[in-house]
Amino acid sequence: MNAPIIKIRDLHTSYGKRKILKGINLDIYPYETLVILGRSGCGKSTLLRHIVGLNVPDAGQVIIKDVDITQASEAKRDEILKRMGMLFQNGALFNSMTIGENVALPLMEHTPQDKSIIKIMMRMKLSLVGLSGFEDFAPSQLSGGMKKRAALARAIAMDPDILFCDEPSAGLDPIVAAGIDQLILKLKTALRMTIVAVTHEMASVYMIADRVCLMHDGEIKFLGSQEELKKSADPYVMQFLERRPDADRLDPENYYEELVA
Amino acid sequence: MADMKATFGQSGRQLAFFFVHIARMVRLAGHSFVWIFVAPFKGKKLRWGATFVQMVRIGVESVPIVGVISFCVGLIIAMQAAYQLEKFGATIYVADLVSVTMCRELGPLITAIIVSGRSGSAIAAEIGTMKVSEEIDALQTMALNPIGFLVVPRLLAMMIVVPCLTVLSDFVGIAGGFVLALTNLKLAFVAYFNQTAEALYAKDFITGLIKSFFFAIIIAQVGAYQGFNVTGGAEGVGKSTTTAVVVSIFLVIFADLLFTMLFYSTL
Repeated sequence: MNAPIIKIRDLHTSYGKRKILKGINLDIYPYETLVILGRSGCGKSTLLRHIVGLNVPDAGQVIIKDVDITQASEAKRDEILKRMGMLFQNGALFNSMTIGENVALPLMEHTPQDKSIIKIMMRMKLSLVGLSGFEDFAPSQLSGGMKKRAALARAIAMDPDILFCDEPSAGLDPIVAAGIDQLILKLKTALRMTIVAVTHEMASVYMIADRVCLMHDGEIKFLGSQEELKKSADPYVMQFLERRPDADRLDPENYYEELVA
Repeated sequence: MADMKATFGQSGRQLAFFFVHIARMVRLAGHSFVWIFVAPFKGKKLRWGATFVQMVRIGVESVPIVGVISFCVGLIIAMQAAYQLEKFGATIYVADLVSVTMCRELGPLITAIIVSGRSGSAIAAEIGTMKVSEEIDALQTMALNPIGFLVVPRLLAMMIVVPCLTVLSDFVGIAGGFVLALTNLKLAFVAYFNQTAEALYAKDFITGLIKSFFFAIIIAQVGAYQGFNVTGGAEGVGKSTTTAVVVSIFLVIFADLLFTMLFYSTL
């Protein structure tokens, strides 16, 4: 296998006194789709925010293409960021702009291209996600699935090497969610991207993942292919796959004390 | 005793917080000015298009309200002055009072208060909503600096437009005085005009403009700072918007006090 495109080394972070990430080590290789899986609050979204440089860790490194973005100068970090795309959970489209302006924004700001060329590039990206003809719509006029598609078009506007997706199918009905997953796969082959997706939906994992990283309580519990995931004998992995709730820990005496205290 | 300790502890903490916020606001202002004066030389464009849009929103759209309120205030000062000066048969001095007060003090102050209510709050709400819906994060992941992208156009627009509105307010306020003088006080237009021209010095006018320029910076920075400081959904946006207006009016009046002390003792 090639050298990793993203290297995460001993990443620690906390919100106040609560530790969120407890020493994450992870390599992400070029052109693979890595899905970071875990229950709500396990730190998976926080990990993603650290990789794209939105949060600063307490300790540790995130090395993208040989640049440690936790230490890099602003100019260097911007260069890395221009080669990455991020799809936010709710799209995070700019509500004050039309869909077309949203997709064109990174091109307008970062490329010397003429407006007419940018317009053509913007239309190409919109047609790639199946939104041809929607460029003059406001984000509020689109449905949830269409918003995600538009956000995806914006994320790939600069033809990134790496695409990050935060819960790509959250809040969508199964048909639309499957459509988004399929679109991500299609874009991956069309644009030859590395994809890092965060999700808690197993259906999505089975559809897009080359490798799966299961997180629990700020640590990586499992890392491997889909087959290895299914064969794993780790009790937590099995609980997650079998969708079993946590065991009831109520005992009557403590319950009474808890209420009175 | 314990109660007192708790009370003073609480106020002390709030006071400390207030200064922490002021320090952070100053830092934000520092970053903004770096973006205005240094970044263009490093190849980062100033967003004049967005600045123009903000100038229309903050400036052109406040012309009617600034005009009406300044006219009313000019009229009010004229009436209050006339009420006192009539006793000495010196109603012609209404001209001095209205023109000097409007230019040195009330023009800049009224404009600043209206703009912080209209646009300071809008800046806080806009940026706050963008923060809540992850739009600020999206900007950052696109290698676009939120200060350069959002704050600088609003700050530039404020710095250009608020002094302009102040000039408008000065003139309309003086016109309010004229109306009372010509109707109720039965003074001759030429006499009142000459009296006004004699009373006003350039420094009265200019000190007012200097003040209004700094008020503009305060309003834009407080609004932006409160916007970036939003946490937790719609309620957070509402809170920050209110705080933006209250804090910017407070800081404007406090800055006004400092400037007036300075100008009063030196000019």
